Amino acid sequence: MDLFEYQGKQLFARYDIPISPGAAAYTVDEAVAAADGIGYPVVVKAQVHVGGRGKAGGVKLAADVTECRTHASNILGMDIKGHRVGLVWIEQASDIAREYYASFTLDRSAKLHLGMLSAQGGVEIEDVATTNPDAIARIQVDPVDGLTATQCEEWVSAAGLDPEARAGTLDILQKLWRCYEAADADLMEINPLILTTDGVVRALDAKVTLDANSVFRHPDYEQYEETQPRDSREQEAFGKGLQYVGLEGSVGVIANGAGLAMSTVDVVNEVGGKAANFLDIGGGANADVMAGALEVINHDPDVQAIFINIFGGITKGEEVANGIVQALERVAIDSPIVIRLDGTNAEEGRAILQPHLSDRLRLEPTMLDAARAVVALAKAK
Amino acid sequence: MSIFVDENTKVVYQGLTGSQGRFYGRLNREYGTQVVAGTNPKKAGTDVDGIPVFATVAEAVQATGANVSCVFIPAPGVRDAVLDAASGGVELIVVITEGVPMHDEAWFYNELRREYPAVRLLGPNCPGLISPGRCNIGITAGHIAKAGGPVGIVSRSGTLTYQALYELKQQGIGVTTCVGIGGDPVPGTSFIDCLAAFEGDPDTHAVMMIGEIGGSGEEEAAEFIKTEMSKPVVAYIAGVTAPPGKKMGHAGAIVSGGKGTAQAKMDALRDAGAQVGLNPTAAGALMVDVVADR
Repeated sequence: MDLFEYQGKQLFARYDIPISPGAAAYTVDEAVAAADGIGYPVVVKAQVHVGGRGKAGGVKLAADVTECRTHASNILGMDIKGHRVGLVWIEQASDIAREYYASFTLDRSAKLHLGMLSAQGGVEIEDVATTNPDAIARIQVDPVDGLTATQCEEWVSAAGLDPEARAGTLDILQKLWRCYEAADADLMEINPLILTTDGVVRALDAKVTLDANSVFRHPDYEQYEETQPRDSREQEAFGKGLQYVGLEGSVGVIANGAGLAMSTVDVVNEVGGKAANFLDIGGGANADVMAGALEVINHDPDVQAIFINIFGGITKGEEVANGIVQALERVAIDSPIVIRLDGTNAEEGRAILQPHLSDRLRLEPTMLDAARAVVALAKAK
Repeated sequence: MSIFVDENTKVVYQGLTGSQGRFYGRLNREYGTQVVAGTNPKKAGTDVDGIPVFATVAEAVQATGANVSCVFIPAPGVRDAVLDAASGGVELIVVITEGVPMHDEAWFYNELRREYPAVRLLGPNCPGLISPGRCNIGITAGHIAKAGGPVGIVSRSGTLTYQALYELKQQGIGVTTCVGIGGDPVPGTSFIDCLAAFEGDPDTHAVMMIGEIGGSGEEEAAEFIKTEMSKPVVAYIAGVTAPPGKKMGHAGAIVSGGKGTAQAKMDALRDAGAQVGLNPTAAGALMVDVVADR
């Protein structure tokens, strides 16, 4: 779950990580009220789940109430790389002396946590990683030990920060580690971590990704689940509890298992089509789930044909086939459907589908045959 | 022969009294797996279809000689369950449970690496492993696999594994062992662990490897194939056309350094001498040719 900057900063504040005073605003009036409370100058920052908002004009300095009103009204409603700005964060402006970079994430290869710290912060950190990897001080943190004080001190020394920033950075990194661990974060990144002209170190931005699997011990995370960016199709699927990702093509895809669903999208592409979505209905494939999946796909105006790709394992072919037949009795589908059913008791399942087959409901023996058939149908329509 | 498990393997099911544990525990026993015990601290002394239930894995091991544990405990309890199994004395812990938090996985993986280095962890979020005709632990439908050899399978994906087992069976090709390592960020057993075990197994003559986008496990496996493996490998990678994830921040990109895409994984595997099928059927056909040559 990706957090907006302001949500990340509010989380940081709970762990005493220093941030600039600020407030969230949904309207221009709220933005002005927030700025009046904080005191000018302020920065008006678009809250979007996408990078590059500064270049897009989504971050502006306001010296007074007139500028605040102008910027807030320009930024609210702005489109940044397809993300509409519905919310701004009003923050006290900072006098920046230096910009650093700090983060924690999992090193999947080492199976340890990875901390990265650099004196060369700012937006181009990926370039720094490529052109000057030594400018990033990295440490591995064993989850059993956690980040030790000695380790953290060595790390800060290795990063070559300005001397006056070291104590403040050390303090922030220890708090950031506690936050990363206790909040079950997949990623916590501060870019830039700033040194102000009066010698204070602060988090000027917050990029936080929380682990959706940890909601059982953080019930308040459901609020973040609600604000994840989703298009209308993804929102409908989310409401039905389906594993759905919207794509740009014309072939609706339903498969059981994430790997098979991904593979189905690949095969559609391989034979010259384009999938409209990724949808994993899981192992059970019962009528309720199938009906829900068909409804979501049927509401996608770009879908011209639908590919149902099921491999029966523990769930037998006849159960899958009955689920499909019952779902089709409940939901009227606008597009032709091609089914591939294989695995456990596939013959029995195909026999159940047989009387229902038509131009609009076809059965193909293999995944490739089915992909070719469904792509031809999608193109013909 | 087989890797990790065989007909002598005795399994304790942690969570045998729950609906999932009971369902798959029964199926595994019907397949022929020696399902010797279950655990549930609140139901110690009872039984499930005659399978005795103990309070801890240590007690189950002492009473039944169980040497492998299979975990069907819900996600919040997995961390404790894994420790219970490791301290209880089993040599392999198979965690089927999905939805385990990353920080828990990272913690118990490293705790085991340090305190119980002889214990192998498989999963979490994996379908388990099957040595057809000998032992089936987890959620794979056993009848879709043909016993014998000469192929070993290692996979990150559940349904694609089943598909591979099934396609090989249709072609009359047997499998020594099929290991589902799971798709979570911190898998207890890696591709390399399985490739090394297959390389050392005299009955395995070729390996089918099924990967997917994300992480760098396939690239590391490719390096291993290049330098350490004499047996042929056929690979399939899912997710060629998957759009880049809606990632935030840059830390992930810096860590992976260009790895992680399906194309990068396929290139690395081809470069290592593995044959790569563009879809599961093509990979199956490649394996048919490989096996026929040997």
